[in-house]
Amino acid sequence: MQSPVEIVQHSGGVIGVSWLMIALPLLGAAILLLGGRRTDRWGHFLGVAMSLAAFVVAVVSFVEILGLPESERRRGIELYQFIPGIADMGLLIDPLSISFALLITGVGSLIHIYSVGYMSHDPDRRRFFAYLNLFVAAMLLLVLADNYVALFVGWEGVGLASYLLIGFWQFKPTAAAAAKKAFIVNRVGDFGLLIAIFTVWTTFGSVAFGDLSGATVSEAIGSGGASQGTITAIGLLLLLGACGKSAQLPLQSWLLDAMEGPTPVSALIHAATMVTAGVYLVVRSGAFFEAAPTAQLVVTIVGVATLLAGAIIGCAKDDIKKGLAGSTMSQIGYMMLGAGLGPVGYAFAIAHLITHGFFKANMFLGAGSVMHAMNDEVDMRRYGGLFSVMKVTAVTFIIGYLAIIGFPLLSGYFTKDGIIETAMEHNQILGWLAVVGAGITGFYMSRMIFMTFFGKKRWADDAHPHESPSVMTVPLVILSIGSIFLGAFLILDNRFMKFLAPAVGAPEELPAFHFVSTAGLATLALVAVGAAFAWFRYGAAEVPRVAPRGSFLTTFARRDLYGDALNETLFMRPGQWLARIAVFVDNRGIDGLVNGLAATIGGTSGRLRRVQTGYVRSYALSILFGAAVVVGALLYVGNM
Amino acid sequence: MTTHYLVLSALLFAIGGAGVLVRRNAIVVFMCVELMLNACNLAFVTFARQHGNLDGQLIAFFVMVVAAAEVVIGLAIIVMIFRTRRSASVDDANLLKY
Repeated sequence: MQSPVEIVQHSGGVIGVSWLMIALPLLGAAILLLGGRRTDRWGHFLGVAMSLAAFVVAVVSFVEILGLPESERRRGIELYQFIPGIADMGLLIDPLSISFALLITGVGSLIHIYSVGYMSHDPDRRRFFAYLNLFVAAMLLLVLADNYVALFVGWEGVGLASYLLIGFWQFKPTAAAAAKKAFIVNRVGDFGLLIAIFTVWTTFGSVAFGDLSGATVSEAIGSGGASQGTITAIGLLLLLGACGKSAQLPLQSWLLDAMEGPTPVSALIHAATMVTAGVYLVVRSGAFFEAAPTAQLVVTIVGVATLLAGAIIGCAKDDIKKGLAGSTMSQIGYMMLGAGLGPVGYAFAIAHLITHGFFKANMFLGAGSVMHAMNDEVDMRRYGGLFSVMKVTAVTFIIGYLAIIGFPLLSGYFTKDGIIETAMEHNQILGWLAVVGAGITGFYMSRMIFMTFFGKKRWADDAHPHESPSVMTVPLVILSIGSIFLGAFLILDNRFMKFLAPAVGAPEELPAFHFVSTAGLATLALVAVGAAFAWFRYGAAEVPRVAPRGSFLTTFARRDLYGDALNETLFMRPGQWLARIAVFVDNRGIDGLVNGLAATIGGTSGRLRRVQTGYVRSYALSILFGAAVVVGALLYVGNM
Repeated sequence: MTTHYLVLSALLFAIGGAGVLVRRNAIVVFMCVELMLNACNLAFVTFARQHGNLDGQLIAFFVMVVAAAEVVIGLAIIVMIFRTRRSASVDDANLLKY
């Protein structure tokens, strides 16, 4: 068992100024938001430039990291005192965070470029790029921060950016509602993360990752500084935070609605980067999870449950983006499963995260390209036969598809298989459930392909599909190249595991990749069955233009496994009743008291003012009377 | 001796007070107020004489000065009211009320 290495304070070089990665997009967002309409003409170029600049900084930092010996590859950079005595603002550039930074800025830049074309008809394109830049900055802060408090700032920042971008077309009531839903569901997770950070602080007296190594945790347990229960609680609370951000059960309900946002947003935030923040959190907090087997077990259970739930939801959706969103949930479930398996799983989870970032962004952008061609139609039942009209989009989409179902030698084949095999060694039940999930993936992704690109044309009458401009197709091509080769590059020779080892640790014996194994063959067989079934239902047979009623199970999946209904009954309705009771008490009780008092005083004065008759003589009489009383009182007092 | 003066003073004060309360003509009410003031003056002077010092007489002069000032202002107000409302009755000047 190889532990993570110590963090070395760094100065100089590009790593020394790696804060530019965060500062540049943030500056871009500030210029675009504060500059207002003046920046409309060139705003999108600035957004792209800032994102690309961050990417360049990330690449050079990555090269510098590669140039260092393995034991010195975790570099800490002090920036300034953030909260005195608790947390300093500092960055941690290590193999884990730089992998994320490369994914965020790389895929992020491609999506920025794509958005120039996709949003070209939108009058608010500048604001869109401002938010995208804000997102990139916040996400980089999240992954580069060297302590939990700074991480939390980034965590909230991406939540804000996600909210702003889901509700970007806020004139659509559904988009506004979806944005609110995402924000509120995320609050539940954020609450868990906050409590976890508080607990870490009170237990260990530090929130810096450097002070919270596995050795520190086990030492605290040994010396009685922290009970096993506390560590488990920290793990579970961190997991709650991760569930909120990564749309894992039971906080999954927001992700499907989040597809109301513009498609590049779905690709960048709700597929490639932000939703994987939960996986990052679990891996980054490995010290706690490795010391708390119960929490680790819960992570794997949540992962498996979500990967099945997401896949089942994906099967029933006719909205292409919601189908992909279900698939995203499912794939993040795989990553969670991997992240719950300890150091062996970390590398596979993060590798799957990176390849998923490529192929899912690729497919989302492809879906955006299709929608662009079909007048923003999202219903796959109105697609069909699009392969012949938009070849680049179709081919890149199909590459993404082959990657996600784990077609041999493509990215998903290596990374997903790694997770499944590790799970299988760890726990047979979890492993086989993951295999079943892969089979369902084969079905719903094939269904999507057949319904969109093949079969008869079921287009609306005014649809004239055409290939998208090259500013949109070039990112697709680049992403699809990543989808083909990245998995093999990362997994073969355990390249990625060795690279990550200084940051997250590694097992004593590195796993060898088996091209032929029981789990692998079973996965391939189930995927083939799923794909064949999809061909039988949606490729060979006619696809009805209106969704058939379907069985009870279809309705179950279409309604997102009744997740929303459950939330409504358990939380929304009681909440509404509580609010109604509070309103009643406020109106009748508190307002009644205050208003009653005011009415009493008002009524009394209304009667009292009748004394003011306007007749001089009555005033004179009251003066006389008053004088008599005073004189009488004086006499009485004087005689006492 | 003192008692007689004081009785006279009290009588004048009572007559003045009654006049203020029952009469409607503002000029008459005003005169009654003067009567009350002068009743007080009489009492002051009486006590000054009885105690053999000048304090009471001094106060009486103050009262006269104040009364003179009051007459100037009061009569001016009454004349203005009469000019605008064609009436010197205090009951007609009853607009300032609830």
